Amino acid sequence: MSTGAAQRHPEVWRRHSPRETVVRWLWIAAVAFVSAWSVSALDIEWIFFKDAHVQAADLAGRMWPPRWSYAPTIIAPLIETIHIATLGTAIAVIFSIPLAFLSARNTTANGFTWAVGRGILVASRSVNTVIWGLLFVAIFGPGPIAGIAAVAARSVGFLAKLVAEAIEEADRGPIEAIESTGASTGQVYLIGILPQVMPVLIGTTVYRWDINVRESSVLGFVGAGGIGLHLYASINQFAWQQVLVVLLAILAVVIASEAVSAWIRGRIS
Amino acid sequence: MALAREHAPPAGGARPLLAVEALTKTYPGGARALDGVSFTVARPEVIAVIGTSGAGKSTLIRCINRLVEPTSGRVFLGETDIVSLAPGELRRARRRIGMIFQEFNLVDRLTVMENLLSGRLGSVGFFASWLRRYPPRDVANAFAMLERVGLAGLHDSRADALSGGQRQRVGIGRALMQNPDLLLVDEPTASLDPKTARQIMRLIGALAQERATPALVNIHDVALAQGFADRVIGLKAGALVFDGPSAALTPEVLTSIYGAEDWSRTIRKADEDEAGA
Amino acid sequence: MSAAHPSAWRPPPFFGTRGRQNLVLLAAIAYLVWSVSTLDIDAKRALAGFGRAADLFIRMIPPDFGRWELLLRGMTESLQMAFAATLAGVVLSIPLGIAAAKNLAPRPVYLAARGLIVVGRTFHEVIIAIFFVKLFGFGPVAGLLTLALSSTIFLAKMLAEDIENVRVGPIEAVRATGAGFLQVVVYSVVPQVLTRSVGTAIYRLDANVRHSTVVGIVGAGGIGQTLSASFSRYDYDFAAAILLGIIALVALGEWFSDWVRRRLR
Ligand SMILES: Nc1ncnc2c1ncn2[C@@H]1O[C@H](COP(=O)(O)OP(=O)(O)O)[C@@H](O)[C@H]1O
Ligand SMILES: [Mg+2]
Repeated sequence: MSTGAAQRHPEVWRRHSPRETVVRWLWIAAVAFVSAWSVSALDIEWIFFKDAHVQAADLAGRMWPPRWSYAPTIIAPLIETIHIATLGTAIAVIFSIPLAFLSARNTTANGFTWAVGRGILVASRSVNTVIWGLLFVAIFGPGPIAGIAAVAARSVGFLAKLVAEAIEEADRGPIEAIESTGASTGQVYLIGILPQVMPVLIGTTVYRWDINVRESSVLGFVGAGGIGLHLYASINQFAWQQVLVVLLAILAVVIASEAVSAWIRGRIS
Repeated sequence: MALAREHAPPAGGARPLLAVEALTKTYPGGARALDGVSFTVARPEVIAVIGTSGAGKSTLIRCINRLVEPTSGRVFLGETDIVSLAPGELRRARRRIGMIFQEFNLVDRLTVMENLLSGRLGSVGFFASWLRRYPPRDVANAFAMLERVGLAGLHDSRADALSGGQRQRVGIGRALMQNPDLLLVDEPTASLDPKTARQIMRLIGALAQERATPALVNIHDVALAQGFADRVIGLKAGALVFDGPSAALTPEVLTSIYGAEDWSRTIRKADEDEAGA
Repeated sequence: MSAAHPSAWRPPPFFGTRGRQNLVLLAAIAYLVWSVSTLDIDAKRALAGFGRAADLFIRMIPPDFGRWELLLRGMTESLQMAFAATLAGVVLSIPLGIAAAKNLAPRPVYLAARGLIVVGRTFHEVIIAIFFVKLFGFGPVAGLLTLALSSTIFLAKMLAEDIENVRVGPIEAVRATGAGFLQVVVYSVVPQVLTRSVGTAIYRLDANVRHSTVVGIVGAGGIGQTLSASFSRYDYDFAAAILLGIIALVALGEWFSDWVRRRLR
């Protein structure tokens, strides 16, 4: 490098242009302000925290040792939890396919049907599984049916959103080829598009099933079936040694389902 | 011409097989891709559509089966004016038009057989196509077609497991499974190596002749066009600038289509190739 | 021409052989029968549910926005929980994330951190919330702590993965200058993971907004508590208003998160 070139270089080096710097600081200020507002508005009683570790240790002490004699009681609810997740996911798959075609720009009939599809998607996805559970318990009464309906209601939007994205990204070529054979619109979707989005559909379904096992573990809190009911009851009876057994069971089931899901997804890709 | 062949005489007085009248297409955004193109096809022949890239070749054949909506003009397939058809009627008309694509456009994750049979979708209902229940005759025809395009035994292979040339053979089979009255072929060899390209062109030519089906073939390779087509249509900036037998492709004509260039070698090479083939 | 060719064809089975295909089908049917029979499903009550759904729907319409102050207070509380929890999660996830990064942390620390992450991820927010409610009483503090804990674990996991994926070249280069552990982290790791981490944090903010609507079910504050109360009072037209509020809030959160993350890229 020549000395002449070195002199032409600026002496002060900044990573960002002045405008970028200002925007950056505005963001940081906004984050700081919102955080301060949130923390102060929540009226946190910091005194509570002083003996929190003592209380937590106390609770942990009361949980030990786990009451293994409770284990046989929760086997049936555990199986029910998995059934709720599986059946709910299966129902969601069936409904998610038409919903996906309705909410993908390139397959929906018109602007109105697209808006309807997107509306269902947003409603399904924005309401948590447990809150869906609350609603379906009001409809079907307490029990696993409400749980299955809740899992299905939440999952349908999850699956349909990802499948709709896959439909929008599907290769135009085969679709045009099927169109040019004079196939009906339904056949174009069935033969030209569905095979293209199948890997996404299967992958997200398996992935969602594993999330749903975890979600189903708490549906019992609102009366929608599964192991959650027993957890809730044990906590309310201060039966902490039972609580630990239930927690360990949930841990085992959730980790196992995660492993199964990862294994299947690994095999299809 | 090595491939020049006897043709059935045009049916006297009847409508031509295909008549394109003043076809114009202006894409949104202003590009006039097709500018009042007219021609008729009176007998089953292979017609090469040549022109530079962007001349409007794809637009022309896609306007014929309305994958692209023409801005104005008419297209008669026999008695039917395709441009005026309602969606349901258009689907029925499309069943009579087979299309072959540059990128093959197979459904990759389906088997060769499913791709071939998709040419028969027009003749089965939704649930039958879901369950892949095609009429026995269609299935038998598909097996025969598989053999004819040189892929016997590959019926259960997935389309994405085939080579380029094999995929195009499936594409050809799918179009012919429609028993079309017209073949539209868009750059069928542009994604293939030169040797495979000639094999594919030969196959398309032979099948069109066997079945007495007229074929409109977009192609940018002048030598291939001359070698395999009976007739050539030249497009330049969306307008038809040449329509005549392929033997009439002189350097002057090529210059009018492509601009100034030394054409002698291109033309001679084509003749030599055919002599050697 | 067709005489010599088979006139029947079935697509090759999805699961290898046709025998295995039938086995899978049979297993699926058996599972369906088994699961439906073990769930104690009261068919009559279930069928009555469809009538009840219509009834419920009618009672939900029109949604009652008259108590909008209550609604707004619940939604604000949810938002505050989400913001504060994200902030706490970001701060706490840094040490935990570094501890859980294989290429930075000593092995025992790494194993302990990973164990904490695996166990923490398993439990649903609602389960964590109920413990905090037992420890700190009803209200948003329990919700805040729940979301803070699950955010910490989530962000630490993502951070650890980002750190493990950094290119080793810059780390070695900085180490070669004789830099200490902190200097290595600041000069070679931080620049590589910062943008991604900001994106992950924004994503988590969105997730926290979602979760903040549900921890109230067990009394941990936020709009979920308002919703739960309205359901237990059979106050369905207000519940409908709350549900619409939740949908709007969550959709807005998702839109914001997508918008920011698109700009980051
Ligand atoms: N979908 C489209 N939208 C806008 N312009 C297009 C579109 N398709 C093609 N064109 C334009 O129309 C002209 C003709 O294109 P095309 O028919 O594809 O030509 P060719 O097949 O001869 O290469 C080109 O100028 C091209 O840019
Ligand atoms: Mg083209």
